[in-house]
Amino acid sequence: MKGRGLYVYALAYLIFLYAPIVLLPIFAFNDSTVIAFPLSGFTTQWFAEIPETPALIDSVQTSLVIAATTAILSTGLGICAARAGAKYDFPGKRPVLGFIMLPLVLPEIIVAVSLLVVLLGLGLSLSSWTVILGHTLICTPFCIAILNSAFGNLDPSLEEASFDLGETRFTTFRLVTLPLVMPGIISSLLIAFTISLDEFIIAFFLTGTEPTLPVYLWGQLRFPQKIPVVMALGTILVASSVLILAVAEYFRCRGIARTGGKDTGGFL
Amino acid sequence: MGGNEVLAERARNWGRFARSDAARGWLLVSPTALYALLLLAAPLATVLAFSFWTQDFLDIDRTFTLNNYREALAEPLYRELILRSVLIAGAVTLATVVLAYPIAYFVSFHVRPERKSMWIFLITIPFWTSYLIRVFLWKVILGFNGVVNTSLQGLGLIEEPLSFILYNPNAVVITLAHAFAPFAILPIFVALEKIDRSLLEASRDLGESRITTFFRVTLPLSVPGVAAAVLIVFIPTVGDYVTPRLVGGPDGLMIANMIQTQFLRLNNAPMGATLSVLAMVTVGVISLVFLALLARWLRVKQ
Amino acid sequence: MKSPIIHLTGVHKYYGDYHALRGIDLDIAEGEFFSLLGPSGCGKTTLLRTIAGFEDVSDGTLLLDGKDMEGVAPNRRPTNMVFQSYAIFPHLSVAQNVGFGLRRSSMSKEAKARAVGEALEMVGLGGYGNRAAHALSGGQRQRVALARALILKPRVLLLDEPLSALDKKLREQMQNELRRLQRQVGITFILVTHDQEEALIMSDRIAVMFEGEIAQLADPQTLYRRPATRRVAEFIGMMTFLPATVRGQEVEVAGLGRAEVEAEQCPGGLSDGDAHAGIRPELLSILFPGEETTRRVAEGVVEELTYYGDMTYYDVRLEGCERPVTISMKNMPGRPVLERGAPARVAWDARSLVIFG
Repeated sequence: MKGRGLYVYALAYLIFLYAPIVLLPIFAFNDSTVIAFPLSGFTTQWFAEIPETPALIDSVQTSLVIAATTAILSTGLGICAARAGAKYDFPGKRPVLGFIMLPLVLPEIIVAVSLLVVLLGLGLSLSSWTVILGHTLICTPFCIAILNSAFGNLDPSLEEASFDLGETRFTTFRLVTLPLVMPGIISSLLIAFTISLDEFIIAFFLTGTEPTLPVYLWGQLRFPQKIPVVMALGTILVASSVLILAVAEYFRCRGIARTGGKDTGGFL
Repeated sequence: MGGNEVLAERARNWGRFARSDAARGWLLVSPTALYALLLLAAPLATVLAFSFWTQDFLDIDRTFTLNNYREALAEPLYRELILRSVLIAGAVTLATVVLAYPIAYFVSFHVRPERKSMWIFLITIPFWTSYLIRVFLWKVILGFNGVVNTSLQGLGLIEEPLSFILYNPNAVVITLAHAFAPFAILPIFVALEKIDRSLLEASRDLGESRITTFFRVTLPLSVPGVAAAVLIVFIPTVGDYVTPRLVGGPDGLMIANMIQTQFLRLNNAPMGATLSVLAMVTVGVISLVFLALLARWLRVKQ
Repeated sequence: MKSPIIHLTGVHKYYGDYHALRGIDLDIAEGEFFSLLGPSGCGKTTLLRTIAGFEDVSDGTLLLDGKDMEGVAPNRRPTNMVFQSYAIFPHLSVAQNVGFGLRRSSMSKEAKARAVGEALEMVGLGGYGNRAAHALSGGQRQRVALARALILKPRVLLLDEPLSALDKKLREQMQNELRRLQRQVGITFILVTHDQEEALIMSDRIAVMFEGEIAQLADPQTLYRRPATRRVAEFIGMMTFLPATVRGQEVEVAGLGRAEVEAEQCPGGLSDGDAHAGIRPELLSILFPGEETTRRVAEGVVEELTYYGDMTYYDVRLEGCERPVTISMKNMPGRPVLERGAPARVAWDARSLVIFG
C-alpha cells in the first residue's frame, strides 16, 4: 500500500522534472513568435531558420571545439587523480584529492570571477582557451567521480598478475588496465563534453570575441522574436544530450559488467 | 670502503622510496593537483588579495585596506542581497531535499534492483539538458500567459492570472528546486542503498512497525546522504546567477548578480572580490555550523 | 637439504608504524612444497608478496636463486603467482589468459599455441581455450590461474590461499591435484594458507607464523606431534591442556596422575614448578566396560559429546581435574556411543603428553 503511494508520488515528481523539457518541442513547432498558450499552429519554420543564422552556427562550432578540448583535458587529469587515489596510499592524499574536488561545491560565479581576475591580471586576452581552462577545472571533479568507480572496481591483483607474468608497469597499463577502464573513460569524456557544452557562467565571464552557444543564447533571450529559434535549437540540443547520455550510461554499465563489479547507479 | 657502503645504503633507500606508494602516488596525482593549484588556489588567493585593494579609475591601488569590507558591510543593499541569497538558498535546499527524499527512498526500496539504473537515468536526464533553456522554460510555465495560469483559467479555477509566481523569490525557489533535484536525490539514494536490508528486518523482528522502523533505523542511517545533499544543493545555489536574472525580478536578485555587476558593469573588481569573499565566508560558516550541529545531534542520539 | 632456492635473512617489513614482518630467517629448498601457515594478519601473505616482489623489504635481504632481489620488479623475478582472487583477466579468453606471459617470448605463434594447449591439458582444461574467462566456475578459474603461472616455468610458484574460495568437496579434490602437479613439474611451491589441515596434507615443510614471526618451522609430523609452543599446539589440530606440576623428570598431571617424561616431550625444556600438559584427543581412549589394557587408566564421567558420524568426540571430566579432556573415538559396530553422565575409564600413555612450561 505504502509502495503504491510512493509510486504515485514518484510519477508526479517525474512530471515536475520533465515539465520544462516537454514544453520545448511544443513551442519549437508552434507557429507563433509569442512563447505562451494557447498554441496557434504547426510549423517547422524555426528549425529552418537555424542554418540561416551564421552567428548561431559559429557559436555552436566554438562550443563544440571547447567541449571536445575540455573533455580530453579533464579526462586526462581525471585519470591521473582517480588512478592515484585508487591505487596508492600517500601522505596528504585526502586533502589533495579533496581540494581537486572543490569546484564541485564552489559557486560557479566564484570560480568565474577569480579566474577572470587572474587572467586579466596576467595580461592574457580572453579567448576560447580561457574558457577551456575554466571548464577543465570544473569538469575534472566530475570525471574523477566517474573514473573513481572504474578504477575502484578494478581488482588490483589483475595488474599484479600481469606484472608477475613479465609485463612492465607501462605495458600492464596498456594491456590490462586500459581495456578494463575504457568504458569509464568514454563515459567521462561524454559527461565532460556535455557539461562544457551547457556551461554558461564561466563562459560568460571568460569568453573572448567568439561566444559559446549558451552565451549566444543568453543574448538572444532578450529578443522575443528570436526565441522560437532558440526553442528549436534547444529541442535539438536536448535530443542530442539524451543520446549522448544514453551512450555514456551504456558504456558505464558495460564497464561495470566487464570488471565484474556491482552497479552502484548514477553518474555521481 | 665505508664511503661506498654509505652511498650504496643511500641508493638503496632512495630506490625503496622511489618505488613506494607515496612517491608513485604523488607523481601520478601531481598534474591534476598542479592544475588545481594554478587555476583554483592561485585565483582564489588573488580574489582575496583584491578584496584588500582599491579601484583607482583604471588602475588598482595596491595598498592594504579594509575599506571595501567596511563599505560592503555598511551598505544595506549588499547586506540584503547576501541575506536574501542565503534565505533563498536555504528555502531551495529545504524544498529540494524534502521533495527528493521520498524519491530516493522509492527507488532504493521499492524499485526492483535491475530497474534502479533506469530510474536513476530517468531522474538525471533533465539535469543534463541546457540549464539556460530550462530556466527560461520555467519563465514560460510560471509567466502571465504561462502554462500554469492558462491552465488554471481554462479550468475556471481562477479569474485573473496569478502574479505571485513569477519575477519574485518564489519563482527562484521553484526553478532552483527543479535544477538541483538530481544533486539531492543521488547522495540520499547512495546512502539508502548502503543500508543493510537485514537491519530493517531485525528492527521489524524486534517489534517495530514499518513506520517506526523508518524513523529509528532507516532515517538515521541515511543522515550522511542527507547532509551531503544539503551541502551540494546549498553551496552552489547561494551563488546562482542565471535563475535570479531570468525569473527573479528586482526582488529576486541575489549576490551573484551584484558580483557580476561590480566586475563587468561598474568595473570595480575590488568590491566584486570583497563581495565574493563575503559570500564564500558566509557559505563556509553556515556549512560548518550545519555540520557541527549535525555531528552533535548524531552524538546525542547515540 | 638441497640447495636453497630462497634465502631470507633478517627480513623486516613496516607499513608506517605497523611492523608486519619481524625478522624472518628462512631457507626454502629447490623442489619443496612449502607452506606458510597462520591466522589472518600474521604476515604470511606479506611474506609471500615480498618474495613475489610486490612489496619491498624494509630491512634484511632476500636471495632468490642466489641473487639479491633488492629493487628487482616482479616481472623480472623467476617467480609466478596464483592469486587468491585468481585474477583472471575478464576481457580475455581462457587461452589468451594462459598465454598472457608468453607475449614477450621469442617462441613462434604455433609453439605458443601448443604451449597453451599443453598447459591447459596439464590442469585438466583441454579444449577450454576459446571460452570467455568470465563464464568459468570457481574451480575452473583456479585451474586457469595455475596453467597461466606454470606455463612460464618459474623457479618458484607462489600460491596465495588458492583454495579458500572453493567449497569443501572441490577443495579436497584440488588439494590432491596440486600435490600431484607439484610432483609432476618439480617446481618449488610456496602455499599461503590459514587452514592447518590443508597445510598438513600438502606440505613437505610448514612455517607457522604469528604476529610477523615464524613460531615453528618443521615437517608436518613433527609440527603435529611436537609443537614448539602452546600457541602452535592450539593452532594445529586439537589439544587439551591440563594443569601439571613438574619435579625433576616427573610430572604430576591433574586427573591423569604421575608420569615420567622424556626431554623431547618438553619443547621449552623442563623446569620444576607449574606447567601444562597437552594431549591430543586421539591419543586417549575410553575403554569398554570390562575391557582390559596395559596402558594407564584414569576414571571420569562423560560431560558432553559431539557425534560426527565416523567419530564421536567426548568431553570427559576426570576425577581430580576441573577441566574436561577431549577424547576422540572411532565409531564401530558393537561399540555403543556413550551418553552424557555415563562413567568412563580413560586409557592413556605417558609418552603422549607434551609439557609446556
